[in-house]
Amino acid sequence: MMEPRDLASPAPWRRLLASRPFVIGGILLVVLVLAAALAPILAPHDPLRGNFRLRLAPPGPLHWLGTDHFGRDILSRLLFGARLSLAIGAATTLASGLAGTLIGASAGYFRRLDEPLMRLMDALMAFPAILLAMAVAATLGASVGNVIIALAVATTPHTSRVVRASVLVVRELEFVEAARSIGATETRILLRHVLLNCLGPLIVRLTYVFAIAVLAEAALSYIGVGPPPPAPSFGNIIAGGRDFLVTAPWITIAPGCAIIAIVLALNLLGDGLRDVLDPRLRP
Amino acid sequence: MLVAFLFRRLGGAAVVFLLVSMLAFLLVWLIPGDAVAVLLDAAASPEETARLRAALGLDRSPLAQMLAWYGGLARGQLGHSLLLNRSVAEALLERLPITLSLTALALAIAVVFGTSAGVGAALAHGGWLDQLLMGVALFGLSVPDFWLGLLFIIVFALGLGWFPTGGFVPISESLAGWARSMTLPGLALGLTQMGFIARMARSSMLDVLGQDFVRTAEAKGLSRSRIILAHALPNAMVPIVTVIGIVTGALLGGSVVIEQVFSIPGVGRLIVGAILARDFPVIQGGLLFLAGVYLLVNLIVDLLYAVIDPRVRLA
Repeated sequence: MMEPRDLASPAPWRRLLASRPFVIGGILLVVLVLAAALAPILAPHDPLRGNFRLRLAPPGPLHWLGTDHFGRDILSRLLFGARLSLAIGAATTLASGLAGTLIGASAGYFRRLDEPLMRLMDALMAFPAILLAMAVAATLGASVGNVIIALAVATTPHTSRVVRASVLVVRELEFVEAARSIGATETRILLRHVLLNCLGPLIVRLTYVFAIAVLAEAALSYIGVGPPPPAPSFGNIIAGGRDFLVTAPWITIAPGCAIIAIVLALNLLGDGLRDVLDPRLRP
Repeated sequence: MLVAFLFRRLGGAAVVFLLVSMLAFLLVWLIPGDAVAVLLDAAASPEETARLRAALGLDRSPLAQMLAWYGGLARGQLGHSLLLNRSVAEALLERLPITLSLTALALAIAVVFGTSAGVGAALAHGGWLDQLLMGVALFGLSVPDFWLGLLFIIVFALGLGWFPTGGFVPISESLAGWARSMTLPGLALGLTQMGFIARMARSSMLDVLGQDFVRTAEAKGLSRSRIILAHALPNAMVPIVTVIGIVTGALLGGSVVIEQVFSIPGVGRLIVGAILARDFPVIQGGLLFLAGVYLLVNLIVDLLYAVIDPRVRLA
C-alpha cells in the first residue's frame, strides 16, 4: 500500500539531516542525554551529601560550579537534576502522546464524539496550563509520578487538537476510501492508514511538549509542588538559591543555563522536524 | 451577520465556562483518600475534623455539594477560604487589578517588541539580521520566565540598584513607582511570549509580502516604506491579533510564578499560597477566575478578529 508521506521511506530522513536546526538540536540533545544518563559516573560528588565546611563555596577547581548552602556540589546536582528533568519530560511526552492520540483520533474519526470531547479539551485549555499543572500536582500530593500526571493533564488538550486536525484531513483522502473499498475494517483503517499518516504533526507537537514539560517541571518544583526536596530537580536547586542571590548567585544561575540548554535543543529539534514533517506550518 | 456571529461565540463560550466550572468543582475529588484526613494532621480533634468537613462541604452528598457550588456561582460567590477567613471572590477581586496590570504590561511588551522583531526579520529575509532576530526569539522561547526574573533581580536590582527587588506600588499611588516595580516582572514575563510573537509575525509578514496585492502596489510604483506600512503590515497583523488570546493565557499562567518571584500581591500569589496550604476553596475559585478571564479575552479577540477580517464571520 502506497502512503502519501510514508515515514519509513528514506526521503524525510535525508531532508532532516539536511536541516540545520534538526542537526544542531539533535547533537546538543544527545550530549545532554548522555551527560544525564552517565550522571553517576560523571558527577564529581554525591548530589545529596553536603560538606558543611564548604557551604556556599564559589566556583573553583574542587567545585566547578560552586556549592549550595548545605555545601552540596552544584555540578553534581545539575547532572542528576538533568536526569530527573529529562525522565519527567519523556514520561510526560509519552503520556500526552498516548492520551492526545486516543482523544484526538476518537474526536476526529467518530463524528458523535467530536463535540463533547473537544468542548472538554477547550475547557481544560481555558485554565492557564502551568496553573492547572500546579493545582493537580498539589492536590494529588508532591511526587514525581504526580508531577507527570499533572503535566500530562495540562499538555494533552493541545496534543489532542493537533491529532484531531490531522485526522480530519487524512480521513477524507483517497487512500482511506481505497482501503475501505477493499474491505479493511474501520479499526484497521484508523490505526494503519489514518493514524500513521498523522504522525508527522504529532511528532512535532510532542517535541514541543517535551520542552514545555521541562520548563513546567522547573516552575512546579520552584513553587514547591514538584518532586520534594532534597531531590536535585532544577526548580529545587533554584529555590534553594533564593536566599543567597547576593552571596551565592551561582546556585541560581547554573540551573537556569542547564534548563535553557535542554529546552533550546528540543525547540531546535522541533523546528527542524516541523520544516520536514509538517508542511502546513512551514514558516 | 456580525450579531449572529456574536451569539454563536457567546453560546460556545458559555458551554465551555460551564465545563470549566465543573472541572474546578471536581478538583477536590482528586485528593487521594479521605480529603479531610489528608488536610489535617493526625493530632486533629474530632471537632476540628468535623468543622473542616463542613467547611469543605464534604459532609453533604455529592449532588448537594454541586448544587451549593453552582448556587454560589449564580450569586457571584466562590465559597469561603479555609485560612484567610474571608470570601474567596472578594479576595480574588481585590487582587485582580494587580495581576491584570502585570499581564497587560507583559502583553504590550511582547506584542510591541515581538512584532517589530518579526517584521524586521521578514524584511531582512535570509540576511544576518533575520538570523540574529530569530535566534534571539528562539532563545527567548527556551528561557524559563521565573528564572529570568531572578536573573534580573541579581543584575538590575541587587547589582545595579536600578529597580526594587520586588513588591508592588499601586498605579493610583505613584505612576513612577508602579513602573519601577513592574518593569522587571513585566520584562521577564513578556520575553518568552515575545519570542513566540516574533516567529509568528515573521512568517505572517513573509506570507503577505509574497501576495499579489503587494506586487500590484509595487507595480503601481509605490515607495517601499508605503507598501510595508500601509499595505503589508495591517494584513500581517491579523494572525497576530488572533494569537493574543493564546498569549494572554500563557501570560496569566506565567504571572502566577512571576508574582511569587517578585513578591507581587496579585491573584497568582494568592493561589500559590493556597496551593501550598491546600486551601481548596481559594484554589478552585482562582482556577475558575483565571479561566474566566482567559475565556473573556478570547471572546473579545474573536470579535475583534471578525471586525477586522469580515471573512471570519461567514465561517
